[in-house]
Amino acid sequence: MTYNEFKEKLSNLKSWQLMYREIMLLGKSLPEMPELLKTDDVLIKGCESKVWLRVELSDDQILVLIGDSDTRIVKGLMGLIMLMHQGKTPEQSVKINAYDEFEQLGLIKHLSPSRGNGIKAIADTIHEQVKQWL
Amino acid sequence: MCPIPELRQQFPILTSKNEEPFIYLDSGATSQKPQQVIEAIDSFYREQNANVHRGLHTLSAQATSAFEQAREKVAKFLNVQSNEIVWTSGATDSINIIANGIKAQLSQGDVICVSALEHHANIVPWQEICKEKGCILKVLPITKSGILDLKSSVELIFEQKPKIVAISHASNALGNIQPVEKIIEAAHKVTATTVVDGAQAFMHLRPDLRKLDCDFYVFSAHKALGPTGLGVLYGKYDQLNALNPLRFGGEMIKEVSFEMTSFQDAPSKFEAGTPNISAVIGFSAALDFLNSIDYKELQQYEQGLYDCLLTQLRSINGIIIYGDTENNIGTVSFRYKNEHHFDLATFLNGYGIAIRSGHHCTQPLMKALDIDGTIRVSLAFYNNHDDIDAFIQALKESIDLLEI
Repeated sequence: MTYNEFKEKLSNLKSWQLMYREIMLLGKSLPEMPELLKTDDVLIKGCESKVWLRVELSDDQILVLIGDSDTRIVKGLMGLIMLMHQGKTPEQSVKINAYDEFEQLGLIKHLSPSRGNGIKAIADTIHEQVKQWL
Repeated sequence: MCPIPELRQQFPILTSKNEEPFIYLDSGATSQKPQQVIEAIDSFYREQNANVHRGLHTLSAQATSAFEQAREKVAKFLNVQSNEIVWTSGATDSINIIANGIKAQLSQGDVICVSALEHHANIVPWQEICKEKGCILKVLPITKSGILDLKSSVELIFEQKPKIVAISHASNALGNIQPVEKIIEAAHKVTATTVVDGAQAFMHLRPDLRKLDCDFYVFSAHKALGPTGLGVLYGKYDQLNALNPLRFGGEMIKEVSFEMTSFQDAPSKFEAGTPNISAVIGFSAALDFLNSIDYKELQQYEQGLYDCLLTQLRSINGIIIYGDTENNIGTVSFRYKNEHHFDLATFLNGYGIAIRSGHHCTQPLMKALDIDGTIRVSLAFYNNHDDIDAFIQALKESIDLLEI
């Protein structure tokens, strides 16, 4: 599924419960991150829960992301950010504003400020990484 | 019977007609404020505002008198003398003042005991003093379910002969009422100074400090219907006066010259600068409010709410409750199966339920219980059975949402 397809799906949902359900399902569908890859250097600071995220550049110069979290919701939200960046070039990736996208989806108002900051922290981490390939 | 519906009516935040539901079950973080407290602060600024202990003018004299009457009111509430009451900015500030003030009396190798259930505020100041003075921090142990192991704790006190024993009257994370009387008795047998953190207990237990016999007792006004930014430090007078002040400036001095400055005696010597006068006036109104309610009836009502909450929670398959449910101030800390507390807390918030989730500033306790956090429901007398029913309904629906 692409990000736009997911966005379309969310916009048709009537309640926050259903939105969260889709987001958690997205998190559940992410490829499993091997325990060996969950090292402290990819643990994102600024999140209430544990979030590991690896960003790599493939041989054909597109982004490959893999991540995990110990909570269902954050894992889903991270999955959503990963969908935005997955398969993009570094140039395309730096232009993505995940926080704005979340606001458009009406997701930010359901998040506590600290959770909102967690979203920012995930998005910032990706941009930090991507900068080295520009 | 307590006129609970009438009491509840006096809390504007609980009766405001919002479209979104709002069920407040986070009184352990801060209590809500009754109209009387809000009005007292408002009318102080409108009609009475002046600095205290300064100036001859009438307004200043009135403010000073109201300020000092509040000190007497707290002293009476705690059954101590008013010169044993210091205004601080909160329980955390109070503990820092004690720890800093007592360090000159400590030597290398001295032992300081804290319980395993302490809030970080009653751990870190002692840890810092240990670093500075070469003292040793020892921990009064808990059982597997998170209850103070009294027998082992008393043994540890007798064996280590600490100089200071610091313990909470009630645990913020679990709500346990701790056997502080027995700990104080043991500590005094080895001539240790006792410091009791009453942040959670003060409003629920209304301690008689003469009877409790602790050397120091601290709490925050905002957890007892009062405003934020105000705390109380009680100390037995001689021990209080023997502490060195943490802050210096106006108000706390006797005489100042460029060669030598002498300080006032307690409590003034710990109150440098302009105090939080409006908060003191507000807290004074909070004490009047508390004094106007029959405490026995209130306690029975709170216990009834707590029992109802416990029974309903226990009926949900997969709920694990931590801590002492026999002796408790009305706080329930729990997890659901292996689910992360953040997910449940987020859903509960979606249903308009205000609870606390996380480690509750007690990371060592969470580590001892081998968990990363809990959901904490903390009750106050302004809650009712409808609040509990709404919470349980929301919790059941939240649990269903996790099934994907």
